[in-house]
This record gives sequence, C-alpha cells and structure tokens, in this order.
Amino acid sequence: MEILLAIMTGILYAAGIYLILRRSLVKLILGIVILGNGVNLLIFLMGGLVKGRPPLIPEDASALEGIFADPVPQALILTAIVISFGLQSFAIVLIKRAYKVLKTDDIDTMNKTDDIT
Amino acid sequence: MTWFASLLPISLFIYFSTFAKGVMNGEIFNFFTSWVPSLGINLDFRLDNLALLFTLLITGIGSIVFLYTSQYLKGHPKLMRFYVFLSVFMGAMIGLVTSNNILTLFIFWELTSISSFFLISFNNTEKASRKSAIIALTITGLGGLALLAFGVLAGQMTGTYSISEMLQSPEAFASHEYTGYLLLFLFLATFTKSAQFPFHFWLPGAMKAPTPVSTYLHSATMVKAGIYLLLRFTPHFEANPQYFNIMLIVGGVTMLYAAINTLFKTDLKGILAYSTIGALGIIVFLIGIGTSASITAAIVFIVVHALYKASLFLVTGTIDHQAGTRDITQLAGLRKVLLPLSIAGIIAALSSGGFPPTVGFLGKDLIYEATLHGSISPALLTTLAVITNIFMVFAGLLVGVKPFTGKLPEALGPIKKPHFILWFMPMILAALSLLFGLFPSMVQSLFTNNITPLLTGENSPHLAIWHGFNLILLLSGITLVFGLGLYFLWKPSHQKEDAIAKIEGYAPKAIALQFANLFQKTSYFLTRTFQNGYLRRYVMIILVLLTIVFGIHIFINPRIFLSLTEIKSLNWNEIVVLLMMLISILFTVFTKSRLTAIAGMGVLGYTMCLIFIFYGAPDLAMTQFSIDTLTVILFVLVLYRLPKYLNLSNKTNRIRDAIVATSFGTFLAFTIIEIMNENPVKGVTQYYAENAYTLAKGKNVVNVILVDFRGFDTMIEISVLAIAAIGVFGLLKLYLKKHEK
Repeated sequence: MEILLAIMTGILYAAGIYLILRRSLVKLILGIVILGNGVNLLIFLMGGLVKGRPPLIPEDASALEGIFADPVPQALILTAIVISFGLQSFAIVLIKRAYKVLKTDDIDTMNKTDDIT
Repeated sequence: MTWFASLLPISLFIYFSTFAKGVMNGEIFNFFTSWVPSLGINLDFRLDNLALLFTLLITGIGSIVFLYTSQYLKGHPKLMRFYVFLSVFMGAMIGLVTSNNILTLFIFWELTSISSFFLISFNNTEKASRKSAIIALTITGLGGLALLAFGVLAGQMTGTYSISEMLQSPEAFASHEYTGYLLLFLFLATFTKSAQFPFHFWLPGAMKAPTPVSTYLHSATMVKAGIYLLLRFTPHFEANPQYFNIMLIVGGVTMLYAAINTLFKTDLKGILAYSTIGALGIIVFLIGIGTSASITAAIVFIVVHALYKASLFLVTGTIDHQAGTRDITQLAGLRKVLLPLSIAGIIAALSSGGFPPTVGFLGKDLIYEATLHGSISPALLTTLAVITNIFMVFAGLLVGVKPFTGKLPEALGPIKKPHFILWFMPMILAALSLLFGLFPSMVQSLFTNNITPLLTGENSPHLAIWHGFNLILLLSGITLVFGLGLYFLWKPSHQKEDAIAKIEGYAPKAIALQFANLFQKTSYFLTRTFQNGYLRRYVMIILVLLTIVFGIHIFINPRIFLSLTEIKSLNWNEIVVLLMMLISILFTVFTKSRLTAIAGMGVLGYTMCLIFIFYGAPDLAMTQFSIDTLTVILFVLVLYRLPKYLNLSNKTNRIRDAIVATSFGTFLAFTIIEIMNENPVKGVTQYYAENAYTLAKGKNVVNVILVDFRGFDTMIEISVLAIAAIGVFGLLKLYLKKHEK
C-alpha cells in the first residue's frame, strides 16, 4: 500500500501542477486544492503507515507504547488542512470579485489593472 | 553661516599639525581598538610621516576648499548636502591614510569612492553628471573589490592584517606562489583609483562635479589614494623587481598619453583633468624607478602638484563663476577685471611648468635627477620625462595664463568682481608654491627628510634651488623653452578636439562602455526570460529545475524496491479507495464542466478522509471531512457568479504543461519510495508519546500536541483564519458607493 500511495501522491502532484499552469483562475484554485491534498498525503506517508492504531493513550496507561500511528505528522496535517481552508475560501471569493470587476478570469489579461474605472 | 562648516577641516589641520614635530623626529603615533578581533579587523591607526604628509594635505587643502565653496556655491539649495558629502569624504580619506589594518583601509577606500559618486552626481538633474558618476563608481568600485582581494590574500599569506606587521614576512611579497596575484590585485586597485591608463577615463568625466570637488577629490587627494597605497607597500615589495617594472611601464604610458591629450582639449577643466592624469602617471613612473632619489622626487611632486593643481582648479572655478564659460578658445584678457586672480593663476602656472623660483622647479629637478640615475636605461627614462614635462608646461600656461592675457573679447559681456574668497583661496595656494620654492629647506624638513626610508640603506637627496650648472639644469631649460614654444605656436580649437574625438572609438573608455552595454543587454534578456511576469513561467522554471535534480539523483542511485507481495496483500476496500481517488482526479482535471470539476474535488477530499481513517488518524478524517464539505459548499455558492469554464491555452501549451507535470510527479513518487526505505528518526514522536499524559494530562496525543505543546502555534493559526474571514467578508460585502468611484 505504501508504494501505491506514493504513486498516488505523484499523481496528485502532477494533476495539481497541471491545473496550476492553466490560464483560468478557477482551474488555478482547483490545482492548489489538489496539490494541497498531495502535500498532506506526502507528510502522512513520511510518518509511516500503521493500520488501525490511532495515537490515543489507552485508559489504563500513561504513555503510548508498542505500535501506534505517528502523531507528529497528523498534527502537522491538521494544521495544514485548516490553513488551506482559509486560503481556499479567500481565493474563491477573490476570483469571484475579480471576475466581477475585470470581467475575465484569464490570468494573462488580468495584469491591466489601470483599465479599471 | 556656511563658512561655519570650514571649522571642521581647519581644526583637524591644526590637530594634525601638533603631531608634526614628533613625527619629524621619527616618532610614530598609534591608536588601537579591537573591532572584530576574531576576523583580525581592528581600528588600528598609525601616524607616521607618510600618513602625516597626506593628512596635512587632506585637511589643509580641505580647509581651503571648504572656505572656497562657501562663496562658490553660495545660495545653492543643496549646499548643506554638499558639505555633508565633502565631510564624509574628508573623514574617509583621513581614515584611509592612517589605517594600519588593510581591511579597515578597504572600508575607508570604498567610502571615498561612494562619496566621490555622490559629489560627481551632485547636479543630479543632468544626465551627463549621473552617467559620469556611474562610470566613476564602476571603475573605482572594481578597484575596491580588487583591494579587498589583495587585503584578504595578503592577510592569509602573512597571517596578519596589520600593514606594518606584514613587513615581517617579506617572502610573501617577493617570491611566494601567490605573489603574482598580490601584484595583480594591488595594481588593479591602485591604478583604477589613481586613474592610470587604461582606467584613466573616469577622471575626465568626473569633472562634471562642481569645481571644488574636482579640486579636492579629483586632483589633490582622492586620486592620490592609489599612489599612497603604492608608496605604503613599497617597503614590502622592495625585493620584487616586477613591482617596480610594472609601475614604470604603466606610469610611463599614462603620463605620455595624458600629456598629449592636453593638446586637444578646449574645456579648462578637461585640460586640467588630463594634466592631472599625466601628473599621476609621473608619480607612478617615479615610484617605478625604485631608487631613493626617485621616491623622494615622487613625494615632493605630490606636494608640488597638489599645490599648483588645486590652485589652477580654483582659478578655473572662479573664471567659470564670473565669466560663465570654461572654453579656452573664448577666454582672454580677464586680467583687466580679475587682476588678483590672474596673479594666482600665473604663479600656479609657473609652478606647474617648473619655472624658478617656484616649488615646481624643485620638483622637476628631482624628477630629472631620478631618471638620470635610474637603474635601467636612464636616457630613455629622461627623454620620456622631458617630453611629458614639455606638455605639462604647455597645459599649465594654457589654464593659468591664457585666460588672462590678450584682449578681453566682447562676447564675454560684463564681468563682475568676484567675492574676495574666490581669488584669495587660490592665491594662498599659489603663494605656498612660491614660498616653498624660495625656501627649499622647508620642504626638506617638512616632508622628505624623515619619510621613513621606504627603501633601506639609501639617503634621500639634498634639496636646493641652485645646484650649479649641470645636466639637470640644461634639461630644465630645454623643457621650459620647448613648453613655451608649444604654448605660443599651438592654438587649441574645437576642430582639433573633434578630430581626436573620432579616434576615441578605440579608446579604453569606448571599449568599457560597450562592455557595460553588453552586460546590461544580457541581464535585461535574462530577466525578461526568467521573470516575464507570468505566474506559470516562474512555477515552470522552479519545477523543471527540481525535476532535473530529482532525475539526476534517481539515475545516479537507482535504489527502487518494488515488491509484488505488497500488491497481493491489498484489501478490497483499499483498492476501491485508490480507484475512487484516481477517477476523481481525472474528472477534476479533464472535465469541461465547472460543477463536475468541483464535485471531483469534493470526492477527492472524501477519499483522503478514508485513507486517514484506515491508517489511524481519526482526527484528520474528521477535519478533512468538515473542511472539504465547507469548501464545496462555498464553491457551489459562488458557482454561477464564476466565469465560463473554458480551455484558454492552446494544445501545444497543454501538452507541454502535461509533460512537465507528469515528469515531476513521476520523479517525486520515485523519491518518496526511496525515502520510505530509510529508517525514520522518531525522537520527537517518542517524546510526545511518553509525555502527552504525564505532562499535559491528555490521552489524545494529536490533540495534546495542537492545544498544549504547540498551543501558541495553534493560536496564531486561528488568527490567520480570522484574518482570512475578515478578507472574505470584505470582498463579499464591501463596495464603493457610486460617488466614491
């Protein structure tokens, strides 16, 4: 499974990058979302995969012992998910507003801000 | 009130004069403070007779220039700025000549270059001024870098950055493996600063600065910094004949080239610029002869030149100030209105030409004495010196005498009498030229007697105005006669200036400018190629570079382990999740409908949840689930306000992007597999696993990390979210009212 997930990470990166290289703003944002998923999966993989053993300390113990999923990448990913939500929601609203003002979502034609009246 | 600023150089002059008696008796004053001792950089100042000579020149001529400026630039809106730059320069220059640490010397050296830049571009509304300033900064800055290289290399070779302590390792300067580089860097630094051929061309351009600057920086002091350094390192290189021979050649070429150029200039300052380059050439040439007599001659000539050239520059400045032109073909007969100035000009011209009884005569005497007793080919050296001096006589007379003689042309219009400062300051300098000439023993006792014997075991010659009839007197006579002849026969004109300008396409200046142009075009091209303003170009460059790095790494160490057993051990639910992921990605990327793309993105998020659930991360699954849902809802809410979902780029671009994206993804996947084969370091994990409950009383370790161990980070994260929320609200709700647009 690790190897398949590693390949899947590669696919997520490729798809994300391809969309980021588009000229359409909506695709750019979708690309960022997919790339974000790829990054999360990458961090998750780096911690090592452990099936069905979340990092929860049992009732009768005072420390994690034996085999357990690594909590550190999980904490990192949790932060990343929340932050990327902030980024995504802002970006979505931003392109909506930009489209309304500039009447375009083509990045190449957006650099003429002087034309706004 | 502006004369107030002059108190600074005057008091410094008095201060340094108090050391004169001690230094003349052979004392050396030291001042030492550690600055960066670990790097060997210390504020180590040392006042010996060479340094004292220069400090007195800097502060003495500085006093005169400061006073002169108070009238010359009277009422100028940026006068205070001018004084600031001038003071910065003076401080840096004093630091330069007193530094005993080669690295602090470098810092002061750069400061003089920078203040020179600001002073040349003082009239910064003129394009020519700015251009000249940039050329000067480029050339002297290049030399500064070479000086740093010299300092570091010399420091490494001798084990000390102290100039006086370097003397204890003479082999570094004579016959070390890297001695050649030392010479290269030192000469690059000094020849650019002291305007030696082929780096001389910045100096005529520097004449765009106001005349006090030309007087002070570009004639009397800053351009002598290179000479100072050469003199300072003469004892170090004493056993190295190359040191002297290179100076002999470069100095010789410079003095002849510059002297001949004075024939073709019509601007008074242009003539003075080239005669300054010529004089600097003579000094380098004299040091290059490498005898005690020649070095004495060089030192005397530094004083002689500073006095007469500063005087001539100030005379020129006053003429320009009163008559409004510096064109030699238009100036004549000014003695009728500017009598005191004409006296100063004529005395300075006589000293420049070396007429007795001025100090210039002494200087020339010493030059001939040095060339006649030079170690190689005295006849050739003497001939060169005589030819150069003939042109110097000519140049001096042209600037100091020509504007005052003859009939006053009507084209000049009425000329007002100058303020007394404007003629009195050049007069002081001219008077000193005369005074030192009449009493040569003063020069002897003040400057040359005790200049630490730069060369061991030789005595400096005795100075006198009358040595009896001898060859030197004959040579002086020949020089004067020919110089006067040239002055009366050769009339500078604009035609001659234009004729010589045609050859200048091959001059070092044109070559350097072309090189600069090429440099500029190349960097423009590179910037335009790599930073063309389109986001995807930047992304593309970064990705292609990373792909190449990954690719090279994988081809060098192919350590990929694919085991089939793993594939066999897959569960059906894992296979389903992977397939769902793949399909949702394909939909998102290739669909032509916005809604499908967003739905695909949502499904992708949910499959991520499943993966998190399978592999022991329930917190992540919950977060991912809620966030993913929110994102999709937000997208759908604004969906119909969004533009149509079209392919904007053409097919070629799409294929190119697809290749870049897939190759990056492939190499990344390979790299991940490779990394997973390494043993991970779990120290941090272990710490949290052991202490989550004992220290933070929490059973959910992920939770504990977020809200306790890294609680501060989480707080900042929440703040980021809040800021994003405010931004979203602003973008949705805030609009300009009609009348505010």
